[in-house]
Amino acid sequence: MGARKTLALLLYILFLLVPIYWLLNMSFKSNTEILGGLTLWPQNFTFDNYRVIFTDPSWYSGYINSLYYVCLNTVISLSVALPAAYAFSRYRFLGDKHLFFWLLTNRMAPPAVFLLPFFQLYSSIGLFDTHIAVALAHCLFNVPLAVWILEGFMSGVPKEIDETAYIDGYSFPRFFVKIFMPLIGSGIGVTAFFCFMFSWVELLLARTLTSVNAKPIAAVMTRTVSASGIDWGVLAAAGVLTILPGLLVIWFVRNHVAKGFALGRV
Amino acid sequence: MDWMAWTLPTAIFFASIGLLLLGMTLYELRRPCVERRGFLPIATTRGDRLFIGLLVSAYLHLLVIGLSDWNLWVASLLSLAWLLVVMRWG
Amino acid sequence: MNKVPNNKAWWLVLPVFLLVAFSAVVPMMTVVNYSVQDIFDQSSRYFVGADWYRQVLLDPRLHDSLLRQFIYSACVLLIEIPLGIAIALTMPTKGRWSSLCLIVMAIPLLIPWNVVGTIWQIFGRADIGLLGASLNQLGINYNYAANTMDAWVTVLVMDVWHWTSLVALLCYSGLRAIPDVYYQAARIDRASAWAVFRHIQLPKMKSVLLIAVMLRFMDSFMIYTEPFVLTGGGPGNATTFLSQTLTQMAVGQFDLGPAAAFSLVYFLIILLVSWLFYTAMTHADKQ
Repeated sequence: MGARKTLALLLYILFLLVPIYWLLNMSFKSNTEILGGLTLWPQNFTFDNYRVIFTDPSWYSGYINSLYYVCLNTVISLSVALPAAYAFSRYRFLGDKHLFFWLLTNRMAPPAVFLLPFFQLYSSIGLFDTHIAVALAHCLFNVPLAVWILEGFMSGVPKEIDETAYIDGYSFPRFFVKIFMPLIGSGIGVTAFFCFMFSWVELLLARTLTSVNAKPIAAVMTRTVSASGIDWGVLAAAGVLTILPGLLVIWFVRNHVAKGFALGRV
Repeated sequence: MDWMAWTLPTAIFFASIGLLLLGMTLYELRRPCVERRGFLPIATTRGDRLFIGLLVSAYLHLLVIGLSDWNLWVASLLSLAWLLVVMRWG
Repeated sequence: MNKVPNNKAWWLVLPVFLLVAFSAVVPMMTVVNYSVQDIFDQSSRYFVGADWYRQVLLDPRLHDSLLRQFIYSACVLLIEIPLGIAIALTMPTKGRWSSLCLIVMAIPLLIPWNVVGTIWQIFGRADIGLLGASLNQLGINYNYAANTMDAWVTVLVMDVWHWTSLVALLCYSGLRAIPDVYYQAARIDRASAWAVFRHIQLPKMKSVLLIAVMLRFMDSFMIYTEPFVLTGGGPGNATTFLSQTLTQMAVGQFDLGPAAAFSLVYFLIILLVSWLFYTAMTHADKQ
């Protein structure tokens, strides 16, 4: 049984990694080699594709822009979602259940047509082509998710802890920051990971709300398509580089994901 | 606000939705409701019934538009009747 | 947990409410406004009532893509949810291996959607891609750009590759939350592996499964970027899903009115299905 399980898991992981390997493989090849035929590893190993990205400001600024608005979004989402999730997990209030479901419905609007009003809304308040605009727009789907996940974690913390703290004379903000937040630390880690992830991979809104100054990397990547065809090598290198920031984040929260939900949602 | 392309009918529509929500809030503050079981298969509160009522009404309108040549007011009247029924006995 | 009735809790929720309402309500109202008008430009637009809705509801192109969309989402859920649960059950529970597994599994989730499409676009090509080349070596005539079935399967496999990890990660964390006592009790009762799964693990995973099912349903129902990059909706219309039909309408033909009406119908469908999922699963919780 044990061996079969491990084998199944290994097969799945292989399935996950092979396409990634192919991307990595391509990023170290020249275009002639990529299009020339099938080679399992780079015959002429080259860093040229990466050099293009790291020397051209319009390329690497794409990464900086993306990272900037993604981090901004994660911070905003977490800071508004924390108190709200506390309210949902501890209190009953007017329309709480409906509010909760309404929040979730915001993931459901098909973007194609909504992009135009979004563009006009953010233009009309003078935020077009700024990082904050993308960060705020991404809150639309990240905040509900953050509230949802955090609420689960918070429900797992016994209410006696709150009551004891209040009896000990803690004010609400002090209790929340000093006692409560450390208790759900892993939940915050997991939530931050999800916010980061969904904001990082979202393309349509980010591309609509920016033109030059805050252009995300995913939009810059369309530059590789030119009259002479697609520059596969650079595209692959850029793709590999888009995975790295996320890997860094998952490295930080890996233990939280493992232990994480142990407190919550059961 | 010009880019929002307002028209009178949609303005009335959203205003009435807003008023409905406001009304429900005030009603709830005055007389909090208890979850109960009517002809719907789940126990519902007043707000749940309103949501179900409105969702079904929306689909009813789509049905009338898509499958028949009836005037849209027919659908609206039917929806109103349905809303009343579901709020009272749902 | 017994919750205390307290309407002052609204103050804690207010920032979230305002932030989300800002980005949600205004665009929604605008789209509703678009959907009842014939719009040429800012100054010349005419009220047309429910005409666009009628046109959209009777459009055979939309019926086709709606049907494809439902089949696709159903396939996605039917494959990814059981597979994700199975993967979560096979993952090691502690130690360095579990961290490594988690990290590897998170990789596909962190790739921007257009890059996902690009990866599979090359990976599946018969001349320069490993998948396409090896399938052809095996004697299977595989070409996702020309063969309808191949395109379908490729898009589906791509989605499984991309998103099963999300389900698995969520289920994994749900499983970690089960105290050892439960398993010990099951061992004393000599419960079979299936019984343990059915009566201990599955009920404990229910709430994370709710998140997984809802997220996967909504996202697969609105899938756009990956198939667009991979197949461009082809061959023919085989992989043209709802969002892409919608985008063709809104951007390609600039039929803002019909496209808006269509988005609202689309939204209503997602709303109804999600509500049914949500209600079914939260009510099952209560009983």
